[in-house]
Amino acid sequence: MQSVESFVVVSLIKSVIAVFVLLTAVAYSVWLERKVVGHIQNRWGPTRVGPFGLLQPLADGIKFLFKEDITPPHVYKTLYIAAPMLSVIFALTSISVIPIGNWVTIAGVHTPLQITDVNIALLIILGVTSMGVYGVALAGWSSNSKYSLLGGLRASAQMVSYEISLGLSLIGVLIMAGSFSLRDIVDSQSGVFWGFIPRWNIFHGQTVAFFVYLMSAFAETNRVPFDLPEAETELVAGYHTEYSAMKFAMFFMAEYANMITVACLATLLFLGGWHGPIWGLTWMQAVLPVFWFLAKVFCFLFLYIWIRGTLPRFRYDQLMAFAWKFLFPLAVANLVITGLVVALRS
Amino acid sequence: MTPVATPFFFYLLSGLALLGGILVITRKNAVHSALALILTLLALAGLYLMLYAPFVAGVQIILYAGGIMVLFLFVIMLVSIEKSQREDQFNKQWIGGLVGAVALGALFVRVFVRSKALHDLTGMPMAQLPEQSNTQEIAVYLYGNYMLAFEIASLLLLVAIIGAVVMAKKRI
Amino acid sequence: MVPISYYLVLSGILFGCGVVGFLIKRNIISIFMSIELMLNGVNLSFVAFAAQWHALSGQVFVFLVMVVAAAEAAVGLAIIIAVYRNRETLNVDQVNLLKL
Repeated sequence: MQSVESFVVVSLIKSVIAVFVLLTAVAYSVWLERKVVGHIQNRWGPTRVGPFGLLQPLADGIKFLFKEDITPPHVYKTLYIAAPMLSVIFALTSISVIPIGNWVTIAGVHTPLQITDVNIALLIILGVTSMGVYGVALAGWSSNSKYSLLGGLRASAQMVSYEISLGLSLIGVLIMAGSFSLRDIVDSQSGVFWGFIPRWNIFHGQTVAFFVYLMSAFAETNRVPFDLPEAETELVAGYHTEYSAMKFAMFFMAEYANMITVACLATLLFLGGWHGPIWGLTWMQAVLPVFWFLAKVFCFLFLYIWIRGTLPRFRYDQLMAFAWKFLFPLAVANLVITGLVVALRS
Repeated sequence: MTPVATPFFFYLLSGLALLGGILVITRKNAVHSALALILTLLALAGLYLMLYAPFVAGVQIILYAGGIMVLFLFVIMLVSIEKSQREDQFNKQWIGGLVGAVALGALFVRVFVRSKALHDLTGMPMAQLPEQSNTQEIAVYLYGNYMLAFEIASLLLLVAIIGAVVMAKKRI
Repeated sequence: MVPISYYLVLSGILFGCGVVGFLIKRNIISIFMSIELMLNGVNLSFVAFAAQWHALSGQVFVFLVMVVAAAEAAVGLAIIIAVYRNRETLNVDQVNLLKL
């Protein structure tokens, strides 16, 4: 049992590291996206700033900081300022319960590789992501312009609809692991079938759930092909039409942080978390799980970008019909079958 | 780890809940009221965590703050806010409201002061429910003792879905 | 440790806020939100009693209350939209005819 003081100090250190790493990852996923989409469209993407444009995120950050911050005269001021902050806060909060590796002992402190290990981690993540819609909805409403309002309305309807199939797709995994704790869920996926297929949930009865999760997660993060709240061709930029400078950058950061959270969650729930082949020296055995985790997250992010470069946008009625008439029944069917199989086995 | 600083967190969260509750009924703008209500809901979720009910807290955030209140906000954004703001927000039932509040408050105070059973509780320490198995135990209750109530609730939800579609759709 | 009576007082005050809001507000959406406030006040006392008596029935009641709140919100907001479409007002005093 550790003391309260050491708990607070260790948590603070971990929080600072997590925020720093997450924000860097956000900046570089923007770079990755521009680069990959550029290559998909037979362009180069950013090349000017630094080698391969690697310093581009830095230049963008400086630009966002020093641009003029315009507040249009017709907005509802308090909420207009609060909305991007809410987006960022909820996007960054959910990272606090995501584990990226097993327990480690550094300088005599035995601690899990996550900010805090709680037994209802998945509920917390679902709750925080469901709160994320307020940033978008309030931005749309407080901007007091038609495009923004339409974007906000679309976002709130879309996110509430897809949240249901997202939640239902996760329940299958919960039934198989029997716990809300992300650590327990990852531990339940260790081992292999027939010597070579890893016992990840995606290969272990939850394939359908994974695809339902994939599609609802794309919709939850407002990404192509479900980016109707910010569809630039019809709504200019949707809910962030009226935003500029750092406030606009905050929405951007929130979107990419949400993408990373979704990728981490997919890795933990369906792709076996930090499990992977481990060999070599002691230090390699300590580092490899984290490497596998990050590699899986990277692959998922790459999939995001790949799909953005490939697919066109849905129409809004198609989007709603897809959520309620296809994904939702599919998620329920998966849930029923999983429950039945688990019940018959035990 | 044993709970630390529970009085501090209790006063913080209950203060937030009360602030939200008072703002809900005093704000003129419906969006501000909705946001104040969300503050109250989140503070209550924190209080549920303090009362060893983590699953209830999670459901409170997901269902109430993330579901029902988004629906409220959606409807508020759908109807024109300026027009309804120009209308009177408060009716002329100040006296009725005051009498109702005083009567209710007097009832609560009387129950609180006079009730013997409640009086015995004030000094008694609360039982620490097992947090780890909270979800499982609730499930056992929900699908065991309260199965009928659960089924009726699901039927109620079905009726509500159909009712909402029938009411809100222009042509069915 | 905070005794249960504190939680009960808080839940009573929240319920009272809801009652007052219900009585004095005119905007139909605000009235709905006052009802939600009352339901939450009751929920808090349910959870507090569950912790006090070590009986999870209280927490189960909270779920049933939440289901009722969700159903009420869905139907109620649908009615609000229907009323607003026909009368273009949210003021309950002006919705005083039994025909649309």
